[in-house]
Amino acid sequence: MDSSAIIDILQPLVPGAALEAGRSVDFATIYVPADRLVETCRALRDTPSLDFKVLAEVTAADYLPREPRYEVVYHLLSISKKLRLRLKVRVGNDASVPTVQGVWRGAAWPEREVWDMFGIVFDGHGDLRRLLMPEDWEGHPARKDYPVQIRKAAQTYEPLEVSEQEFRANIERDRVKRAH
Amino acid sequence: MADSHEHGLDPELPFITTKLEWLIQWARRSAIWPAQFGLACCAIEMMAMAASRYDIARFGAEVFRGSPRQSDLMIVAGRLSRKMAPAMRRVYDQMPDPKWVISMGACASVGGVFDNYAIVQGVDQVVPVDVFVPGCPPRPEALIYGIVQLQQKIERSRA
Amino acid sequence: MAEIRTETMTVNMGPQHPSTHGVLRLVLELDGEVIQSVMPTIGYLHTGIEKTAEQKKWQQVIPLVERMDYLGAQSNSLAYALAVEKLLGLTMPQRVNDIRVLIAELQRMASHLIWLGTHAMEIGAVSMLFYAIRERELLLNINELIAGFRFFPSYIRIGGLREDLPRGFHETVNEFLDRFPTKMDEFERLLTKNDIFRRRTEGVGTISLDNAFQWGLVGPIARAAGSDYDVRKYFPYCGYETYDFTVPTASEGDVYARYRVRIAEMRQSITIAKQAIQRITPTGVWACDDTRVVPPPKDKVYTEMEALIQHFLIYSQGFTVPEGDCYVPIEGPRGEHGCYIVSDGSNRPWRVKMRAPSFMAIQAIPFIVQNGLIADLVAVIGSTDVVMGDCDR
Repeated sequence: MDSSAIIDILQPLVPGAALEAGRSVDFATIYVPADRLVETCRALRDTPSLDFKVLAEVTAADYLPREPRYEVVYHLLSISKKLRLRLKVRVGNDASVPTVQGVWRGAAWPEREVWDMFGIVFDGHGDLRRLLMPEDWEGHPARKDYPVQIRKAAQTYEPLEVSEQEFRANIERDRVKRAH
Repeated sequence: MADSHEHGLDPELPFITTKLEWLIQWARRSAIWPAQFGLACCAIEMMAMAASRYDIARFGAEVFRGSPRQSDLMIVAGRLSRKMAPAMRRVYDQMPDPKWVISMGACASVGGVFDNYAIVQGVDQVVPVDVFVPGCPPRPEALIYGIVQLQQKIERSRA
Repeated sequence: MAEIRTETMTVNMGPQHPSTHGVLRLVLELDGEVIQSVMPTIGYLHTGIEKTAEQKKWQQVIPLVERMDYLGAQSNSLAYALAVEKLLGLTMPQRVNDIRVLIAELQRMASHLIWLGTHAMEIGAVSMLFYAIRERELLLNINELIAGFRFFPSYIRIGGLREDLPRGFHETVNEFLDRFPTKMDEFERLLTKNDIFRRRTEGVGTISLDNAFQWGLVGPIARAAGSDYDVRKYFPYCGYETYDFTVPTASEGDVYARYRVRIAEMRQSITIAKQAIQRITPTGVWACDDTRVVPPPKDKVYTEMEALIQHFLIYSQGFTVPEGDCYVPIEGPRGEHGCYIVSDGSNRPWRVKMRAPSFMAIQAIPFIVQNGLIADLVAVIGSTDVVMGDCDR
């Protein structure tokens, strides 16, 4: 199935969403606007003719001189129908994307990694903090304007013991919350 | 071990203390027990070295202790990321004296292939290193050569 | 009579620990010995490979990418090479595909051997590690034969392979494949019906198929829970559809089922490797015809002018890949591996992202070990076969 066939099945389920077919060499690609993302994902998962039960990956790419700057990419897999799909969401510099954790539980850590590496906020995530970098790191390394090599002394000291309350308070402090 | 003539002791004593020092250094270098500190790919080569083909137990490193408090050698096998550096320092501090460090592989010695924001460019920024073993990963024979060099270094040094 | 305190205890299984598969930190909340919750912390091996790859030329990324999942190294480079070749629009000759299949299956055996050795060692059968590493040494000998390097041969390149197969390759591989099934029987005699092993692993760490799919686990973990999804059968690559093999499955979804699935996978790998080695001729073509991408053989470089120019261009400025993005999944030893690359038309990648099956597995560990014991946690981490290099990249 190519992108337009999937859009034909999807469009009645998410009326009014501006779904656009993308160009690709491997499998179907669809551009989805950020505000209709969760409904689209739910429709993709629950429609029997599509049955995208598995979320393989959530990642992002930074196209710096272009606006909007980021593209968040979701790779979906339907085992029963032998289909793969790529969803892309265009995001600007301070915009945010809703989380799809409610549709696929396995989206929790990949979204944390995208926040850590790119600085894209996922609304409603609930546990958005650093995953791969140290908790007190400044900057988002995978952005195009972040340097590859930095001069920094290795940190060799860490407090020897924190109490349990401090440990949990630190986790709360590191989580990113958004007002909306 | 202080020089005995400063204490005005028997002039025969330097001979005994030298022999004693040699004996102590022989004991230390013949039974070096590494602490498990495998980080990345070099850890698999370290495991291969400990296995039957390139048996490290012939050189005295009979067991890889799980706890750093019971070991005297730390083989840093693999790339050290900035997040891991404080933990590594803490493991090093927990080892009792005398202790030695072998930096195994290119990533532990100088940062290796990964010259970027996430890797400490050389483990000697965090702990003092005695022997550097180059390679990516070094062959088990190279690491055994490194351990033999360390044993020779212990033999040459004062107790 | 003193009050008995019933609050939970928080224990840190720190990044340096004898029974984790690399530097994984687990903060456990324990009620006695029963685990109430687990909070894994990863990132202690984060190497920034993806960002470093953006600075290198397309062919220079292969050694970097091999060092991500260091146990199944050539499955990483195969995933990357397949993705780039799809963007370039290249098709490989039959012989190259057969050699790639052989290498992939040998790599799967090597990775599963380390899994078997460390998993059994953590459960208690320490000698299993020595047996497994002994067999793996023979596989590393084969790696050394083709490219001179035990671990990361960088033999799979974009456009084909690095060079032709050496003399003595067929004999060495056939000798290994004849010897390995008897060794597998030995391993199974040691573990499969072993009462202690079964009691430590049966009924432990169960995950149902729906939950496995929710968490994105689609490798041996899903196959042990009843699925038959294998990328080699569903989305075949490198000519896998012409090989005759079955995909082993189990239905209980616990640690013992995953063990049985992986052992059966090793036996299927032997079957596929035997079919592959029969199809491969000792000498022949080792790369596709595209002269922009594949360097010419060295004797031509020294004698012909065009070959010299072509060699110089490839190694100094590299080749350009058309704009676009591509993702090709392969069946790695841990599950679905794949490389998502984005190209902007230049000679460097714009973005390289590996899909890491270990990443999804560690995310699911708190869910799998709920209300288990610490000993069960050790068994579960072993059975999910996580490699921190793959997880942290």
